[in-house]
Amino acid sequence: MSGVRVLVGTRKGAFVLTADGKRERWDVSGPHFAGWEMYHVKGSPADPNRLYASQSSGWFGQLIQRSNDGGKSWEPVGNKFVYDGIPGTHMWYDDTPHPWEFKRVWHLEPSLTDPDTVYAGVEDAALFRSTDGAQTWEELSGLRKHGTGSSWQPGAGGMCLHTIILDPSHADRMYIAISAAGAFRTDDGGKTWKPINQGLRSQYIPDPDAEVGHCVHHMAMHRARPEVLFMQKHWDVMRSDNAGDLWREVSGNLPTDFGFAIDVHAHEPETIYVVPIKSDSEHFPPDGKLRVFRSKTGGNEWEALTRGLPQQDCYVNVLRDAMAVDTLDSCGVYFGTTGGQVYASADAGENWAPIVRDLPAVLSVEVQTLT
Amino acid sequence: MILVVLPSHLKTLAKVSGDVQLEVQGGVTVRSVLDALEARFPMLRGTIRDQVTLERRPFLRFFACEEDLSLASPDVPLPDEVASGKEPFFIIGAIAGG
Repeated sequence: MSGVRVLVGTRKGAFVLTADGKRERWDVSGPHFAGWEMYHVKGSPADPNRLYASQSSGWFGQLIQRSNDGGKSWEPVGNKFVYDGIPGTHMWYDDTPHPWEFKRVWHLEPSLTDPDTVYAGVEDAALFRSTDGAQTWEELSGLRKHGTGSSWQPGAGGMCLHTIILDPSHADRMYIAISAAGAFRTDDGGKTWKPINQGLRSQYIPDPDAEVGHCVHHMAMHRARPEVLFMQKHWDVMRSDNAGDLWREVSGNLPTDFGFAIDVHAHEPETIYVVPIKSDSEHFPPDGKLRVFRSKTGGNEWEALTRGLPQQDCYVNVLRDAMAVDTLDSCGVYFGTTGGQVYASADAGENWAPIVRDLPAVLSVEVQTLT
Repeated sequence: MILVVLPSHLKTLAKVSGDVQLEVQGGVTVRSVLDALEARFPMLRGTIRDQVTLERRPFLRFFACEEDLSLASPDVPLPDEVASGKEPFFIIGAIAGG
């Protein structure tokens, strides 16, 4: 019997939502780690029972939790994130040098093939890797030291490495994104990196076409076409057909091209989803209507998906890691809001219903398809 | 035996329900108490003090015998009442919020 497990990170704990393949009746487990900020929870593609969770708090710092039974039980594992060598400085908001300081883990990306290998994207921006089930962590410092690191500046949410995408067809290729440095790619397993921001244009920075300095909010890829990337930038929805070497805008007829989340349909590589947000100063949907926009043409032509979503007086946000898809035959799409709702669609976005309505603010949503 | 009072979140993390009793080798100082605490509960490493610099996390304070010991050297001997187990060593999270 197939089913899905939705892993939800919130401002005050983690929740595990499970259903069978119909995705109509849900079991809600949690809060796990009640009271802690759970930035991200994600399962290993190689072993669905192996989960990793980022647990943090302003008081007690960063912890990493690991589950070997699909989230029924957890154990704290390694939380020592030490930058390689002398960390040096990046740029602060006021253009002065600022020491690199570890603050938290934003994103955990388990390896596609090894349950004990997992990557962590952290603030201040850096990439760490564990090969022993998150007991110990080592920085892949080629990213931070590749040349532009000293010029990176934080976005409003901090200087976070929030997106990690592993290429299923090329074991040594990986993409990451940093607010507000931009997107980067490695083709040698993380030893060396190159900025991949050509084509991005950000009017709000001194050089709108700069090599780095773009506030990339999130990126997504379809497994069947790993050279095609989609990006929700601070403003603009973008697409690259050559592994990030060149981007072009595909915002098209969106009501606003500001937003955070973006994802790709599990079976249709040209079908993508975004949740437009009014602006960078008004982090809520335009006109109080919560609408997912879907493009079946890989961008430019977008349709609003509204059935089951609130269409008046809705002023929540959908954060960058708070959208995911399952891989069941009828692709399920899920997203969480800062108002504590997790919405699910079992038919690729045509119809939506809340799984839960009253969680703490949702920071992340991931989905595991169980067979 | 040294008696240590943890904030509730750290009790949950360490899977203890009440105060913690610790055997501390040598002189009883903030450093030796925290060393013993982290040795017995490795999951607390990094939650009270930085794992590299060993500096106290900014939103935590240390108290004993009605004194704030947070800013004292971690190598200063704790009061005799703490060393004898008569009084607890408190690790307290700052009260923050609205």
